[in-house]
Amino acid sequence: MRSTPRMMLAALAAAGLVLAGCTTDEPEDATAPDDAEDVDESDDTEDEEPADDEEAPSDEWFVQADYERELAQRDIEPEGSADQPWLQALEPAMVDTGEFALDTEGNTLCFSNASISNPWRVTGWITMQQQVEVYQASGEIGEFRVSDAADDDNQQISDIQAFVDDGDCDAIIISPSTTSTLTPAVQAACESGVPVIVFDRGVETDCMVTFIHPIGGYAFGADAAEFLVDNLEPGSTVLALRILPGVDVLEHRWAAAQQIFGDSELEILGDEFTGGDGAEIKTIVTQYLQRGAVDGIWMDAGAGAVAAVEAYEDTGNDYPVMTGEDELSFLRKWQETGMTAIAPVYSNFQWRTPIEAAVRIWNGEEVPSEWVLPQNPITEADRDEFLEGNADMPDLHYAKFGGEDLPGFPDVWQDR
Amino acid sequence: MNPRSRTADVLSRVFTGGTGTVYALLLIIFTVIFFVNASFLEPPSLMAFLKNAAPLVLLAIGQYFVIASGELDLSVGSLVGAQVVIAARLIDGEESRTVPVLLLMLAFGVLVGLVNGLVTTLLKVQSLITTLGMMLVLFGAVRFWTGGAPTGALSDAFRQPGRGGIDMPVVRQLPWALLILIGFVVLAIVLMRSSFGKTLIATGDNDRAASFSGVRVWQVRTTAFVLSSVMATFAAILIGGFAGVTAQVGQGLEFSAITAVVLGGVVLGGGRGTVIGAMGGALALQALFTLFNQLALPSTLRPSVQGVIIIAAVAYAAREHARPRPAKPPPKAEQSPRTTAITN
Repeated sequence: MRSTPRMMLAALAAAGLVLAGCTTDEPEDATAPDDAEDVDESDDTEDEEPADDEEAPSDEWFVQADYERELAQRDIEPEGSADQPWLQALEPAMVDTGEFALDTEGNTLCFSNASISNPWRVTGWITMQQQVEVYQASGEIGEFRVSDAADDDNQQISDIQAFVDDGDCDAIIISPSTTSTLTPAVQAACESGVPVIVFDRGVETDCMVTFIHPIGGYAFGADAAEFLVDNLEPGSTVLALRILPGVDVLEHRWAAAQQIFGDSELEILGDEFTGGDGAEIKTIVTQYLQRGAVDGIWMDAGAGAVAAVEAYEDTGNDYPVMTGEDELSFLRKWQETGMTAIAPVYSNFQWRTPIEAAVRIWNGEEVPSEWVLPQNPITEADRDEFLEGNADMPDLHYAKFGGEDLPGFPDVWQDR
Repeated sequence: MNPRSRTADVLSRVFTGGTGTVYALLLIIFTVIFFVNASFLEPPSLMAFLKNAAPLVLLAIGQYFVIASGELDLSVGSLVGAQVVIAARLIDGEESRTVPVLLLMLAFGVLVGLVNGLVTTLLKVQSLITTLGMMLVLFGAVRFWTGGAPTGALSDAFRQPGRGGIDMPVVRQLPWALLILIGFVVLAIVLMRSSFGKTLIATGDNDRAASFSGVRVWQVRTTAFVLSSVMATFAAILIGGFAGVTAQVGQGLEFSAITAVVLGGVVLGGGRGTVIGAMGGALALQALFTLFNQLALPSTLRPSVQGVIIIAAVAYAAREHARPRPAKPPPKAEQSPRTTAITN
């Protein structure tokens, strides 16, 4: 009699465990990984079943046309001043915004944010607030209303609906939490008649006035993969570290890398999911090193890159050819160790652009319908320059945050 | 005891789903790993394994105290995350702040354990709910405090216990984490052999009987919660030291710790199982993770395989425990007072 509830409890715990295994991998953290997304027309890939992602060929996430376009965009000279990359645009197709022009000052700007659940988003969010301050001081923006959905699609849908229902917003900026789920909410916002600006991840509609994003995930993954191919001897071994399966944000990066590795003579030892956890990354790399040499590391996001490098140090191995991101802890480690590395960038300065876009739209100025921002990796050539410029910034700050000329620099980014 | 019954005794220990079983499981996993990759048994690799396993063993020890006393602590994963984030933010790369922050973390750990324990024992909230609440409170509070993502940096001194060690031949490096682990293992075994250990087991087995015989049940259980939180704090020091600060640190560790304890033959509901078994469970679980890596098992499949192995192990143990034992005291803490009154 007594053992029965115990068995049930035990089974419950075991079930919980399996769940735990899942929850830590839930797409919730998908956003945590960092960054964002490239999206666009490629979103139809989303409709496919992401269930058995590991064994499924990554073609599910691969759209040849998007891949080629993004890779080509890396070589296009952006229009606009290089001092202000957040105002630059690649091959912009300008649209007239006359219908949204306002004569009034002190307009209300509303922003529905997906979350600030990772350092990349935190950095960008600070930059955005400082940009708003500039326009509040000059009078264009009155109130800045913000809702944070904490990575919850349903929450964000109701946040956007609330903005629409209030009717006070003179423009709505949306940073969508996921692509297809948020599409109807964005459409509803468009139908309310106020200008809508979408940035970072995309949605499956073009009803918004402008969609702002850097080149995208394929370009990110390709920058890292090409660097490894160029800097490693044929036959060298590479370990790919990924955050989560089944998230288009990250799958595009890996899909691009697979294309490039497939055409190279590098041997890919494996691709491992780490959940972005430094301890997990270090453990996995250590165990691969116990099995044999690992000459290069490819990462789909730079968070935790330092942990991977430390695994080499602690096991007494030579540094690998390394790919990370423009997160400062990695750039600092790179400079300190002098290893061969590259830092692909998912341009953090894009958080300024939506504010600029809103003000332009109110002024009746043209904006690009798809505002593609430049996305250049940091290489050894310009690494020290970025480290100097960010010398007093914390480790989890992103070098290409683009807020050096904003009020509050550098304190607000330091005291986060 | 003649040799034959001795063999039988050993065999029964190995196969009854208790402490012996988990070490047999550990041995099996190690053997498989050895066949997959012989270099795993070289001393430096073993040291790396133990360094890696140390935090989970500490968490399992802490969780053992709570489970043996008849409760459950779900807050340890969040607590580890919170402690690492707190440390990074307060130290912010300054070596001189290392020791004060360590003391503060310890105090915070004790506080969390006290709240868990007192809410469970005095306010009579089920520990599942108390610690689930604490898990959410810590998770949310840390996010609120840091504005969503961790900031700051750990000092080199802080990272030493989890990362550094004494350089020496053969093993390459004797990790501090291993020495710390051995220290806590000895302490835990001594504690469980002391009178506290006996009252802890008695409380978990039958808290009414224990209280009739003079045990202050609320004190014993609160102490168990404090011990668990303190062990989680030390685990946080090792984990933070091992890999630095990331946003995901600590996630899911409460379930790993509970799994480890259950694998070690400790029965949920309390009163049965040994702390040595819990430690073996942690080592077996960590070895299992290593095996998955060595087999290059697809990451997406790992939770499923892990789940099957755990259910199998627990079911095996439960089958053994389900056999009637003589003179068993029936009432359980969770039962309603009325049922208890009848059975008594």
